[in-house]
Amino acid sequence: MSWHHSVVKALKANDVRLVTYIPDNVLSPLIDAVHADSWFRVVCPAREEEAVGIVAGACMAGLRGITLMQTSGFATLPNVLASLIVPYQIPALMLISERGTLGDHQLGQAIVCRTMRPVLQALGIEHFAVERDEDLEFVVDGMARQAYATQAPAAVILSPLLTKKSA
Amino acid sequence: MNRFDLTRRLVAKLKSGEAVIGGIGNTNFDLWAAGQRPENFYMLGSMGLAVPIGLGVALAQPARKVFVLEGDGSLLMQLGSLGTVAGTAPKNLTIIAFDNGMYHITGKQKSLTADTVDLVAMAKGAGVGQSEWARDEAQFEQLVQRALGGAGPWFIGARIDAAKPAGVTERDPARIRQRFMAALAAKA
Repeated sequence: MSWHHSVVKALKANDVRLVTYIPDNVLSPLIDAVHADSWFRVVCPAREEEAVGIVAGACMAGLRGITLMQTSGFATLPNVLASLIVPYQIPALMLISERGTLGDHQLGQAIVCRTMRPVLQALGIEHFAVERDEDLEFVVDGMARQAYATQAPAAVILSPLLTKKSA
Repeated sequence: MNRFDLTRRLVAKLKSGEAVIGGIGNTNFDLWAAGQRPENFYMLGSMGLAVPIGLGVALAQPARKVFVLEGDGSLLMQLGSLGTVAGTAPKNLTIIAFDNGMYHITGKQKSLTADTVDLVAMAKGAGVGQSEWARDEAQFEQLVQRALGGAGPWFIGARIDAAKPAGVTERDPARIRQRFMAALAAKA
């Protein structure tokens, strides 16, 4: 069983029906799975900022959503998180596939990866990196439940230990 | 034309709980000044995100009409969102672009629309076929009326003057969100 099934299960358990994403190779099995499942409404906009904005609007109108992206995409988001998601207390979920560590070949990815956790910490955004498939459903489910219960955003980071080592 | 005047003309036509997303700065200041409807969402940061936020609301509630008010500078920051709107084709979404060809709030610096960029042509090029410049106030009202009655998405461009906004939005994000969510929890 591939890791993406655990994510789909946890999203369904939390009634997260909207998925916005910017393409990423590591996330492609999950992207294919949500496209193939009519339970989800899937939107692929042009930028991560847009993807998070769509989830924010939908969330305020009663439709729960998550944005899928890779590390470099997250690095385009600090202003939007700091001026929309965090101050308005919008439980936007983010799923970030971690590039730039444990064997990446791109220097730019390695450098931008080092900005991810400091940004999440500076903004006070709950985040957790998943390394093992057996933890994934529990973590996505718990992060989603806490986000909606506390009106706060949350980021699940998919470590290469999960997406590459066990793939 | 004048942004506050057009915003008042729009708001006067909203009788069915239509959601209105006011983009950053003068755009949402004039929306605030036009009367604080609970179905209004005032964006205090995240420049460029009024269209994506409006699209999210429109996708979540297909039975409710959604209007997005944006300025030229803001829209220029997120032109890709016009393609996303065309691709998702929400029947209930209308984008109104107030174009004064400048970043008024930061000191009237010229924007790209002062020279070569045509926002209605951009919207059409992105695939939003029902895109039009309003020639005057009367035609603006006609275009709004058409959007209220027919299937979108719609894009209405309005060239406006360099007047200051008629008010300033109260800057309390949590309250704005709570009021908006409570209003949207009610049936459209």
